[in-house]
Amino acid sequence: MTYVPHTEPERAEMLAAIGVDRIEKLFGDVPEHFRFPKLALPPPCSEIDIEREMRALADRNFGVDPSASFLGAGAYHHYRPATVDYVLQRGELYTAYTPYQPEVSQGVLQALFEYQSMMCRLTALEVSNASHYDGATALAEAVLLALNVGQGKRNKILLSAAVHPQYRAVVRTYLRGTHAAVLAGDEDPSADLDRLKSQLDDATAALVIQSPNFFGQFETVEGLAALVHGAGALLIVVADPIALGRFRPPGAYGADIAVADGQCLGIPPSFGGPHLGIFATRMAHVRRLSGHLVGETVDLDGRRGYVLTLATREQHIRRAKATSNICTNSTVCALAATAYLATMGKTGLRQVAELCFQKSHYAAAEIARLDGFQINPQAPGQPFFKEFVVRLPRPVAEVNRRLREEFGIIGGYDLGPHYPHLQQHMLIAVTELNTRAAIDRFVVALDHIAK
Amino acid sequence: MKNGATPMTADKTGPKPSIIPTLYELSVRGRRGIDLPNPDVPEAPLPADELGSDCDLPELSQLDVVRHFLALSQRNFGVDTGFYPLGSCTMKYNPKVNERIAGLAGFAETHPLQDPESVQGSLGLMFSLQEWLAQIGGFAGVSLQPSAGAHGEFTGLLMMRAYHRDRGEPDRTRILIPDSAHGTNPASTTMAGFTAVELPSDARGNVDLDSVRAACDRTVAGIMMTNPNTLGLFEEHIAEVVRLVHDCGGLVYGDGANMNALAGIARPGDLGFDVMHFNLHKTFATPHGGGGPGSGPVGVSARLTDFLPGPVIDVDRSGTDGARYLLAKPRKSIGQVSTFFGNFGMFVRAYAYIRQHGGEGLRANSEHAVLNANYLRIKLRDTFRVPFDRMNMHEFVCQGAVEGTGIRALDISKRLLDYGFHPPTNYFPLIVPEALMIEPTETESKPTLDAFVEAMQAIAAEAQSDPALVKGAPHNTSVRRLDEVKAARTLVLSDRAKAGGG
Repeated sequence: MTYVPHTEPERAEMLAAIGVDRIEKLFGDVPEHFRFPKLALPPPCSEIDIEREMRALADRNFGVDPSASFLGAGAYHHYRPATVDYVLQRGELYTAYTPYQPEVSQGVLQALFEYQSMMCRLTALEVSNASHYDGATALAEAVLLALNVGQGKRNKILLSAAVHPQYRAVVRTYLRGTHAAVLAGDEDPSADLDRLKSQLDDATAALVIQSPNFFGQFETVEGLAALVHGAGALLIVVADPIALGRFRPPGAYGADIAVADGQCLGIPPSFGGPHLGIFATRMAHVRRLSGHLVGETVDLDGRRGYVLTLATREQHIRRAKATSNICTNSTVCALAATAYLATMGKTGLRQVAELCFQKSHYAAAEIARLDGFQINPQAPGQPFFKEFVVRLPRPVAEVNRRLREEFGIIGGYDLGPHYPHLQQHMLIAVTELNTRAAIDRFVVALDHIAK
Repeated sequence: MKNGATPMTADKTGPKPSIIPTLYELSVRGRRGIDLPNPDVPEAPLPADELGSDCDLPELSQLDVVRHFLALSQRNFGVDTGFYPLGSCTMKYNPKVNERIAGLAGFAETHPLQDPESVQGSLGLMFSLQEWLAQIGGFAGVSLQPSAGAHGEFTGLLMMRAYHRDRGEPDRTRILIPDSAHGTNPASTTMAGFTAVELPSDARGNVDLDSVRAACDRTVAGIMMTNPNTLGLFEEHIAEVVRLVHDCGGLVYGDGANMNALAGIARPGDLGFDVMHFNLHKTFATPHGGGGPGSGPVGVSARLTDFLPGPVIDVDRSGTDGARYLLAKPRKSIGQVSTFFGNFGMFVRAYAYIRQHGGEGLRANSEHAVLNANYLRIKLRDTFRVPFDRMNMHEFVCQGAVEGTGIRALDISKRLLDYGFHPPTNYFPLIVPEALMIEPTETESKPTLDAFVEAMQAIAAEAQSDPALVKGAPHNTSVRRLDEVKAARTLVLSDRAKAGGG
């Protein structure tokens, strides 16, 4: 299949205009020895063939109805209203580039302005950028901002061990290039928030928590911001956007920066990406912010319009002195989140959050009744949102394999590999898409496998 | 308006369309966009200490939502709207079948943390894409994880840093970067803990070879080369540049933004590049999405494969029931650069695109991208000065100033909007005053290119006959030129309206 429209006469006419007789002659600057390599790729195919082949490939993945999946740990099955698909299918939006020509980009710019507005409201913070790649890279950029605020005097970042292990891994990678930065706090994967707080000192640039944390539990944040600020550091919180429909936002308890992965807001899991990195902070940090920012302004006639603003922070202007190298971000996913939240509205998002809460608590209560299963054994009674930890009577990998093969159920996340003290512990996610019937079937299956 | 149609002139400008209210301005307390099911489980009490106050999200009917976003889309210009010759961005057609394929439930609904045994379709796809990109670029290994071109640069530079440290040479701290480079190159260099050293260009638009020679010493970690460079020119001394850098112990980074000139034409790995990012959203036609998501896989030469970010996909062919794909972490991996595997949805589209084209098809794409760009240069060079007027690759740079009129590149760009074309990249590369960087891509037809040439010539004539018309452009867009100074000074970055008007 080719998408090149040229006919033979057109090609000949164009080559004649350039003054060459064959298209190969356009490449005289390429060293002859290296010119036109033979590429060992499969032969081309038609549109019909590619669709058939790709369907076959997709069918090789084991899939279930989302009601029978209990796997979360950073990527979730939530309902995506049909309006989201409708918006994402508009070619004027998804085939555009970054809106550098605002007069013909008001659609994307206004939608991003609305996205920023909703992210500020959800996090209770003052400014949101127009997106990062994903939650983990947003956190890495937040850490870099905190180090920048610390101006070399504060080089330590305290990372809670209850922050998503992959987020912590990405932060570690990002800091490889930052001289003198020290990451601490998660040396002992079983350490709790009190231990983390005790490590605060005058070299600390930021303390990072996730709430609800990786295990689904709300962290005890009373007095935390005051303590962190008292030490002269910033408080960075990794949030769950769905939880913000009902539960306290980071800005309300004093966070300086909130980051999150917005995949849950209308974006499919898509085997891990593309997702959406949400980043919000206080206006005091706006000039240190990374990524695009959309601002409201007026045109020559005084009519309202939107432009990318504070570009002097960015790589195409500031080059080596930019706040970040980010250029392409995750705009389409931000549009999806905007359409999702516009459709849900305040009532809808609250209901989704409550459904997640109720259904996960129902699942936890039912599993707690089984012999050999324990719910949240490390922090019993700590309130949780939509995920919880279960200690299983058998290895997680075995349980998951049998759930899949015998019951057509996708089980939870195996915590053992990242948390040595949590061998045989499974992290279970329950959302509004898990029906009571599917939860009951899951519980029966677990009971059967345990026996 | 259609490409090439007669533009509206200033004095014919009618009333402007009304502004589109924001979601918050449209909000009316009590409206609903969707119904959710009632809880089918007993209610557990919500933890009172954790509850928030009502979040301030807008309240709209579903039809309000649909009309709002439809109206917004009508004030946006994409490749599907018209010709979009934005240099260095490769705004080619995004095949619709690839969108349908990426939406297949087997891809879109699959969770990244499922047992590898249960996701052999996804892993096999990623393995093939790694192999194909390695083949196209001439590399020994590929990681798909970086999420965009700049992210790939950062990743590549971190690998270079790890490589030098591994060899006991932590003092290699300088990265050489030609002055024609994308701004992301020096920005990524700083993030990776290196110092950027700018190199001048020579009279033919190449990086200046003497400057490369003078800069090469034991403190050089490497060079970042964009080839063809941002002038659209194939670096004439590339072999010598690569040799000089390698001889001083440095590595060669390739900015793959311009790979649409080279697929099937030359392999950067063969030219001696040690690491390069691919922009799947450029060369392999995944949509730009109004600014993202992109995808920036990195390919590396043999000496860097151990440092790739992981997980990468490996294959075990020892079993009797065919290949088994598994996750592997390279031995000295720099670690993870994003969650999970990167932008898998883009891998699906790029896989389908490469598979549809095959090697010959990719070569034909690059050939026609270069044909289109040279054709435009020839047609436009008598109207707009082309400072480096030699055979170019997939893009070229001309100067948008019209002598004696005060008309600048920005004015030409804004007037092009009235003619129904997206403008070229403005004021980049920085080494050409009043730069207009034009990249037509292979999917545009000769009639479209001819209409663009006519528009450019008409605007040049208008610059002489009615400069105010051009200075005041655009005239028939939904808004006129916007006050960027005011935007930066007043910093209105979120909607001040309250949901529900309350």
